[in-house]
Amino acid sequence: MDHLILKVTTKLLFAPIILFAFYVQFHGDYGPGGGFQAGVIFAVAFILHAFCFGLDETKKALPQKALTIAMVIGFLFYAGTGVATMLLGANFLGYDAIAPNSTHHAGQHYGIILVEWGVGVTVASTLLTVFYHFTGREPDIDQEDW
Amino acid sequence: MNAFQPTLSPIVFIDLSLLTMLLLVAIAMLRSRHLFAVVMLSGIYSLLSAAFFVSLDAVDVAFTEAAVGAGFSTVLMLAGMLLTARREKPKRPGRAPVALAVVVAAGAAMIYATIDMPAFGDPNSPANSYVGQAYVDRTASEIPMPNIVTAVLASYRGYDTMGETMVIFTAGVAVMLLLGAGSVRGGREVSDTDNGKDE
Repeated sequence: MDHLILKVTTKLLFAPIILFAFYVQFHGDYGPGGGFQAGVIFAVAFILHAFCFGLDETKKALPQKALTIAMVIGFLFYAGTGVATMLLGANFLGYDAIAPNSTHHAGQHYGIILVEWGVGVTVASTLLTVFYHFTGREPDIDQEDW
Repeated sequence: MNAFQPTLSPIVFIDLSLLTMLLLVAIAMLRSRHLFAVVMLSGIYSLLSAAFFVSLDAVDVAFTEAAVGAGFSTVLMLAGMLLTARREKPKRPGRAPVALAVVVAAGAAMIYATIDMPAFGDPNSPANSYVGQAYVDRTASEIPMPNIVTAVLASYRGYDTMGETMVIFTAGVAVMLLLGAGSVRGGREVSDTDNGKDE
């Protein structure tokens, strides 16, 4: 079972899907989207890769160890933003402290971008971790089994 | 309380047809015994709900539903299905008059409760007044971004969102602890081949 068309299509689609994930991530302030959706789209690109080339190939590109670290870093990024604003003298997650001299609350914008980044990293790595663990338990599916 | 009269716009018919399709898909899911078909139908169900959310102008929710519900959940259900049988065991349920009575009573109570609900699209309904109205009024002057949903999610309720991120993180850790034995380096090999066959 060598699905040439599927493999070529996946290779063509992979980069645009990742690009779309980043667009959703950073355009969430202006339109629909944000960290949760971007994280899912980012993870889906790798799931598509795993469906086409096998889980082992995907694990070579993005190993579980990196995902485990990314999960922790993503959440700490979020919480760390809150701690940073506390160190700057505001409340936990009081973003206005990031740019205290701004006349149009630019600190809110910076803070939201930082926090959404943390959400995106956590969601993408967690979903891929869950996917790896679910699919990693079964040897390849027999064609007849479908 | 001033009465709000909902207007009968073409959008209402789109909503009604989407809800009808949701109901049909749900019934089809209940009746099917083929697990692959059920998983695909649940993806269709999510996609229809996403379309319904778009029609309700809740694009952020629709986006999430389409990405998580129709996309990722379906993949995860497929992966879970591979670990079990392809077909649900045929089972003739016996009559359960008590369960039927409870379901009918609960359903009747819910339908009775909808009479008290505010009219569809009422701008003065509790969900649209008070705190929701306050967010809409204050975002423009307090947070320099056009998408109020993001402002509420990441700034006004940033603490909630941190909790949600923590929940996702915890779910990932739980899956790693439960299923991780054969998948992580240094772990034991796990074989599930015996479960993958039809009866």
